[in-house]
Amino acid sequence: MIIENSDVILSVQDLTASVEGTPILKGLNLEMKAGEIHAIMGPNGSGKSTFSKILAGHPDYEITGGEILFYGKSILEMEPEQRARSGIFLAFQYPLEIPGVSNLDFLRVAYNSKRKHAGLPELDNFDFEDLVHEKLDIVKMDAAFLDRSVNEGFSGGEKKRNEILQMALLEPKLSILDETDSGLDIDALKIVANGVNQLANKDNTMLVITHYQRLLDYIIPDFVHVMEAGRIITSGGKELALELEARGYEWVREEEALEVAR
Amino acid sequence: MGTQTITKQGYLSELVQQVQQVPMIKPWLKEARDRASIILEELALPTKRDEGWQFTDLANLYATNFVAATNKIVTNHDIAHLILPEAQDSHLVFINGFYSPGLSSSQALPEGIFIGNLSQLPESYLIESYLGHQQGSTGIFPALNTLGISDAAIVWVNKNVQIETPVHLLFITIPEETPTISQSRILVVLEPGAKLNLVEQYVATGEGCPDAPASHPYFTNGVVEIFVQENAVLNHSRIQRETSAAFHISRSAVSQGAHSKYHCHTISLGAKISRHNLDIFQTGESTETTLNGLTMISGEQLADKHSNICLNHPYGTLQQVHKTIVDDQASVVFNGRIFVGKKAQQTNAGQLSRNLLLSAKARVNTKPQLEIIADDVKCAHGATVSQLDGDEIFYLQSRGLDQAAATSLLVEAFALDIVNKLPVPSLRHMLSRCMACKTMVI
Repeated sequence: MIIENSDVILSVQDLTASVEGTPILKGLNLEMKAGEIHAIMGPNGSGKSTFSKILAGHPDYEITGGEILFYGKSILEMEPEQRARSGIFLAFQYPLEIPGVSNLDFLRVAYNSKRKHAGLPELDNFDFEDLVHEKLDIVKMDAAFLDRSVNEGFSGGEKKRNEILQMALLEPKLSILDETDSGLDIDALKIVANGVNQLANKDNTMLVITHYQRLLDYIIPDFVHVMEAGRIITSGGKELALELEARGYEWVREEEALEVAR
Repeated sequence: MGTQTITKQGYLSELVQQVQQVPMIKPWLKEARDRASIILEELALPTKRDEGWQFTDLANLYATNFVAATNKIVTNHDIAHLILPEAQDSHLVFINGFYSPGLSSSQALPEGIFIGNLSQLPESYLIESYLGHQQGSTGIFPALNTLGISDAAIVWVNKNVQIETPVHLLFITIPEETPTISQSRILVVLEPGAKLNLVEQYVATGEGCPDAPASHPYFTNGVVEIFVQENAVLNHSRIQRETSAAFHISRSAVSQGAHSKYHCHTISLGAKISRHNLDIFQTGESTETTLNGLTMISGEQLADKHSNICLNHPYGTLQQVHKTIVDDQASVVFNGRIFVGKKAQQTNAGQLSRNLLLSAKARVNTKPQLEIIADDVKCAHGATVSQLDGDEIFYLQSRGLDQAAATSLLVEAFALDIVNKLPVPSLRHMLSRCMACKTMVI
């Protein structure tokens, strides 16, 4: 929802970044305010996933210019865990499997690291288990998944649901959903989207990164941005996604070329 | 080179002299000792030039002179924390290789099982045809053990007797100023249809946590002989946690009768140099063998595991996973031989060696060695050597764990995968805590 005069949560200014010397982001600008859902669409290789990882602090990428402000403060010098604790959450496109670590323990450690950061006492096993059970319903997840190793042997849909469960527990201010729809059948997609919708509120903001319009039928964005070659080349409302779906990315490129020519 | 040989043989005869000082508690042991003496005359101490020892340099062992360890007085209070809660009344304690009846208890065990030492064993048991007779229980160090054989831990389960209570064999060394050698000896017989859950454990007292730097070297030289007869089931956990100044050399030799099951979990956490040979021989068809191994070492430790499984009968299954975690300048050796003889048709065997290196100077020498003669078998093997995955660490960091916590969690998980398979809950718990503590310092 677009709210007048709400807080700016994320502000990305002229961001440039490279991996092993190859520039990937070439001057990216984006502003997200509390209450808003933004979608970034774009062809493969446009830099969408790179951008999501950079926001979360992946060490493989080098920021060569520009700024990322989170509630007005630069996060460029922050470690990934500091960003996570202060309220930035990345739902992975390919959540990792961690054999030997129970999902419940993993969720508890993550949850408590955030509590600790906020100066709150850590929850013990019993209280935490109660809390998790409350949240399971958001993604319609069976409690049996808590006793299994993190993501080990989970189907694509189960992994994504587990990501949203983590999001529900950590209550981030900025959530980045990196191609959350990839590898999901329509039922799983609905469950995941429904979970995200329940978690969106007037105090947080969500960035939905996707290749296809399909996900945006279920998570309705306030803004749609099109990314190409490391920059956002055009932005609009939710209807932009439909237009893209109908006319393809080539159309945006042509529009942009016209724009430049003018 | 000539002088070196003389020196080494001199070293060996000194060891021989020391181990023979321990008095025999049964006169008939002399026969076994004599047999071992003949074997010893034929053998020399191994060096890196010898097959099977290329990566395990015993120079540090040979540079230390050991005297025979003596019995020490230890109270129940001193060792209470070492006894597994499940085996409060089903354990044997050996101090410096000497049986300690006062610290041992078999009250919880029903009729049909004997645990105790040689002097307690009733005459009706035909022990002389088992002790010292398991094939594979040879080689120079086992021969040295037999040469000095004075007593043994005996676990004997009668036909069709199934024991639920775990039996805990605890071998404790008390390090002293003067380096000592103690020899442990175990004989396990499961008669047809018997079932047992056995824990074999090596520890030291007196120098705090075994991971703390230790200054007093000692040498444990052990032999374990296990007979798992037809239809018998043995769950065997072996925990070796000596100090960082200790030398530990041990051989386990196991025979498996038809339709028997042998599930073995070996956890090796310490010793300056440790070497464990595990030999398994099939004596009948349709055996089931599971081997789960974990070695976790750091500092300048060296841990060497040689397993040798010989299948000579049809329909056997074998699943082996050996994991190692190596930090600092430590080095591990794994040599996993699986021999599938001509008659062992329809064998289904799998072996996996997984190694995690935590430092640039850590070393792994892993060698799967499959020798297959039968033509209708399924045998798979694999070996991986890796470091921690950066993406896994990033995933955990993105959930709020700092890099150190993420690293610990991943290393712990790698280890717990094996620890969680141990069939004794308190052992799992104890080792999980130990893993958590060990990974914290990484």
